[in-house]
Amino acid sequence: MPPVVQIKDIHKIYESGEVPVHAVRGVSLDIQRGEFIALMGASGSGKSTLMNMLGCLDRQTKGSYLLDGIDIDKLDRNELADLRNQKLGFVFQGFNLLARTTALENVELPMLYGRHRKASADEIRERAMHCLEIVGLANRADHMPNQLSGGQQQRVAIARGLVNQPQVLLADEPTGNLDSKTSIEVMGVFQKLNDQGITIVMVTHELDVARYCKRNLILRDGVVVRDAPVEDRSIAAAEMQRIQAAETAAKLTANPAA
Amino acid sequence: MRFTNTLRVALRALRRNTMRSMLTALGMIIGVAAVITMVSIGNGAKAQVEAQVASLGQNLITVMPGSSSSGGSRGGWGSSTSLTPEDADAILADVKDIDGLSPEIRDRNQILANGLNWNTNVNGVGPDYGYVRNWPMASGSMFTDQDVKSLAKVCVIGKTVADQVFPNEDPVGQTLRIRNLPFRILGVMTPKGFSIFGSDEDDVVLIPYTSHMKRVSRRTNISMIRIQADLPENIASVKLAVEDLLTQRRRGREPDFAVRTQEELATAATATAKTMTGLLAGIAGVSLIVGGIGIMNIMLVSVTERTREIGIRLAIGAHGRDVLTQFLIEAILLSSLGGLIGVGIGIGGSQLLSAYNGWPVVVPTMWIVISVVGSAFVGIISGFYPAYKAAQLDPIDALRYE
Repeated sequence: MPPVVQIKDIHKIYESGEVPVHAVRGVSLDIQRGEFIALMGASGSGKSTLMNMLGCLDRQTKGSYLLDGIDIDKLDRNELADLRNQKLGFVFQGFNLLARTTALENVELPMLYGRHRKASADEIRERAMHCLEIVGLANRADHMPNQLSGGQQQRVAIARGLVNQPQVLLADEPTGNLDSKTSIEVMGVFQKLNDQGITIVMVTHELDVARYCKRNLILRDGVVVRDAPVEDRSIAAAEMQRIQAAETAAKLTANPAA
Repeated sequence: MRFTNTLRVALRALRRNTMRSMLTALGMIIGVAAVITMVSIGNGAKAQVEAQVASLGQNLITVMPGSSSSGGSRGGWGSSTSLTPEDADAILADVKDIDGLSPEIRDRNQILANGLNWNTNVNGVGPDYGYVRNWPMASGSMFTDQDVKSLAKVCVIGKTVADQVFPNEDPVGQTLRIRNLPFRILGVMTPKGFSIFGSDEDDVVLIPYTSHMKRVSRRTNISMIRIQADLPENIASVKLAVEDLLTQRRRGREPDFAVRTQEELATAATATAKTMTGLLAGIAGVSLIVGGIGIMNIMLVSVTERTREIGIRLAIGAHGRDVLTQFLIEAILLSSLGGLIGVGIGIGGSQLLSAYNGWPVVVPTMWIVISVVGSAFVGIISGFYPAYKAAQLDPIDALRYE
């Protein structure tokens, strides 16, 4: 099978300011199906720009990008929107759920656009519910985002990203707004999805979060300076157990009267 | 299905901001309610005037004498003395489609009866007068053709005269004196109220026109002829026939008469009411425009406030057109919903006005349709620019917007 993402020597130059900014200077990258990649780098390293191009939200200035064999440079604005709808799932740092809209309706959102608009209301509801089950939030389907914790909101966002069965799930600092324990919880969801064969690319600047992935890419000044598989990979389920054990122990020692 | 989805999305967006949606629609509600109420009041006034004109009689055509001139000074309408009872007889004999006709001589006289006197209109008319003017008797009966032929000294009186001269008794069968001649009272007419010109129609004594000409005024001409056409669609042809006949009878002399239809009179009388309705509707229309601007304002704020939402939608696959349609539908829903509620309040409001102030109010169906369609249209106009702005957003910028 060909790689799901084929990037060849892409550049991105922003011309809007007084001085052109060369944000990405020739990155080549193949992503196979089932990979789980962390894009890392300091701010200004070009990782967000690369992510925007991967997400077909932005076009490269130079180079070529084939997503699932489709050359995105040949598509217009609406075709790009359809491509995002059908082949990509998005998870954002700030969750970006619609306020005052239930978890279920948030997950339904991508199906209201693109080729899924022919689906009936019942089908849409059913599939959204199924995705909420995958992230373990079926019992929170009618909750509003402000009634959910940060981790739960991010899981709703992941369910939304999954609902159209994308080729690649793109996550932009998905744990950036979460505490370390909730981060592990969310990474656990990602690992579970990846085990089921879903390709995931995420941006992060936290090393310990990156260790849950299978492959780490480090960018600096718009070029990839390191591309290596993760050795000694963290497993979220195991980490979770370790933390819970530690918490139980802490409770026992903090409560000598018991 | 595409539209259904967009409609669903728009409805959800409105429901998320129920309070703001209601406040936005309020502009439309007030505007449309004002239009409906104002037009109802204006229409009520118009209907009242029309009813007064109709009270003159139905399908009415009047023949008035024309102008006369003596020694170079021209007399103006009604000054000619050439209209005669023979003209009336000729019309009755020759013109088709006539249901009733009555000559009329107008005069004022002092009357005396029951030891009281009273200055009133003493008019000479034909027996069909009550029929032509749609003016039935309250008690007693009208005089007959026989009375006209025999120059009988009989009369019927209006309600005001009855009240003034016979305050405590039944006038029928009594006698009143005009120019010292005794006239037997045959009947009293039902009250008709004030004419559109403001005079008391019931302040009148009606006697046979022949008696009036020979015994009271000693005139040879009459003041006017009132003709009732049998059907509204025959009014125009009767008018033409009357004009032809009278012209013929004058044998080539300058026409010295004017034939007017009730329609012409009604048009003149309702013109004021129409102007008022227009004015009121205009003022209310301004508030409709203000309502539309309110919607545009809120939609613009809404687009700015929901930039992130738009970014999310665009990122996950909405086309610009989807976003445009969504915001446009939101604006149209807001405005037409406001319009519908406004129609309800407008109808309720005008009924209240009518109940408490006794104003005649007519709620016009056409304006209800105009208001609802108009408010939807205002929604399209005021929603388009904000919707267009939303659709043009760049997903990356929109997602980054704080």
